Amino acid sequence: MGRMKSPKILLLVGTRKGAFLYHGDVSRKRWRVDGPHLLGQIVYHLIQDPRDGHTLLMAAKTGHLGPTVFRSSDLGRTWKEAAHPPQFPKGGAESVKNVFWLTPGHASRPGEWYAGTAPHAIFRTTDGGVTWEGIRGFNEHPQRAKWKGPPENSPPDDPNTHSIIVDPRDPDHLYAGFSSGGVFESTDGGADWRPLNKGLAADFIPQKDPEYGHDPHCMRICPGRPDRLYQQNHCGIYRIDRPSDRWTRIGRAMPKEIGDIGFPMVLHPRDPDTAWVFPMDGSEAWPRVSPGGRPAAYVTRDGGKSWKRQDRGFPRKDAWWTVKRQAFTADPGRPVGLYLGTTSGAVWSSLDEGARWRLLAEHLPSITSVETGWRG
Amino acid sequence: MTVVRLPSPLYAYTNGKAEVMAAGETLTEILVDLDRRFPGLRFRVVDEQDRIRPTILFHLNGRVVRDLGERVDPKDEVQIVAALSGG
Repeated sequence: MGRMKSPKILLLVGTRKGAFLYHGDVSRKRWRVDGPHLLGQIVYHLIQDPRDGHTLLMAAKTGHLGPTVFRSSDLGRTWKEAAHPPQFPKGGAESVKNVFWLTPGHASRPGEWYAGTAPHAIFRTTDGGVTWEGIRGFNEHPQRAKWKGPPENSPPDDPNTHSIIVDPRDPDHLYAGFSSGGVFESTDGGADWRPLNKGLAADFIPQKDPEYGHDPHCMRICPGRPDRLYQQNHCGIYRIDRPSDRWTRIGRAMPKEIGDIGFPMVLHPRDPDTAWVFPMDGSEAWPRVSPGGRPAAYVTRDGGKSWKRQDRGFPRKDAWWTVKRQAFTADPGRPVGLYLGTTSGAVWSSLDEGARWRLLAEHLPSITSVETGWRG
Repeated sequence: MTVVRLPSPLYAYTNGKAEVMAAGETLTEILVDLDRRFPGLRFRVVDEQDRIRPTILFHLNGRVVRDLGERVDPKDEVQIVAALSGG
């Protein structure tokens, strides 16, 4: 994107009933909607290929049919289904229930993408999403069954693999998050994996300081400092600075009445000390709504030592929506633009790094993912 | 050739056709033939372990069939039904 003189932001919105593309002008204030695309599909994730700018990949299924990946090579004008979507080898017991997460591969490997599924597994394509193969180093790892735990430990609507991260300095250095299971790391292109969960709380299981079994909700790597990662976990907000293998809970600095539970985690494209979260109510019954019905983002500008509430423009009360883990994102603009989609079908944006929020779209189906792309 | 009636979510694969003809002596063979002509259709109703997906039912002459090895005669009628949960 840095090569573009004045890129226009493309907002890619996945919903429970199809996808919508919002074409922004250079001011990011006027938007033209293009959609719905594949109306009726549950769109778990929709991503633009940052390496070519015209390919879109969509992880989807309908309520009745099996999971698949759709591909567009013309920014959504036409869509074609993968010839061989992610699937386990024949003859085993497992089958892919959802393709939940998509991550473009390293800049030096055009056509390479990763997909995270339910049940926990990682798949890779090297032909731009036409054919997918399992990462055997994870999917057939001898410890995998222990890492993911018994089915009773999994959420009822599937244990999802998410937050697949490729280190921008090394295409074979990978991270992934499993809910539940924890954070895992590979330094050999996925041939082997090890847990990276020291310092993370897992107060919902009986073991003290377990090696795995944690519940990361969303993990991001700092573009400006790839040794730093942030994580919104089921049990708090964390940061890690590699080569340390221990996470630090930075959510303790959040206001006590708000807490540090949530799903999305958004990082500043250039400043490694700036990150955003969108807290949710994680009390007794885990309602996962904005605490008190008063939505707000929280930003840290000092790596998690302090947090500031950002609610200007949002409803002041009686708003009980949720923002899912793929549904809050940033653009690379100056200042950074922020975009989030709600379970109530609204898209909110901020052009001043969260200081003020305005409604960009409403009356959509429940939103599952929001990502930014660009067009020349 | 056996007549196969399809649920509307599969019309995208058959250019909008609700009813197609397929060759095969079993449901498995019928699905292979359908997937050859309408690529991707099979995987959306049968998983990679050859199990019928939980929200899909196969009817053979109006009778629910759970074994894809069931024999099919050209005079038979196959109907695929897709169940959709609410909301």
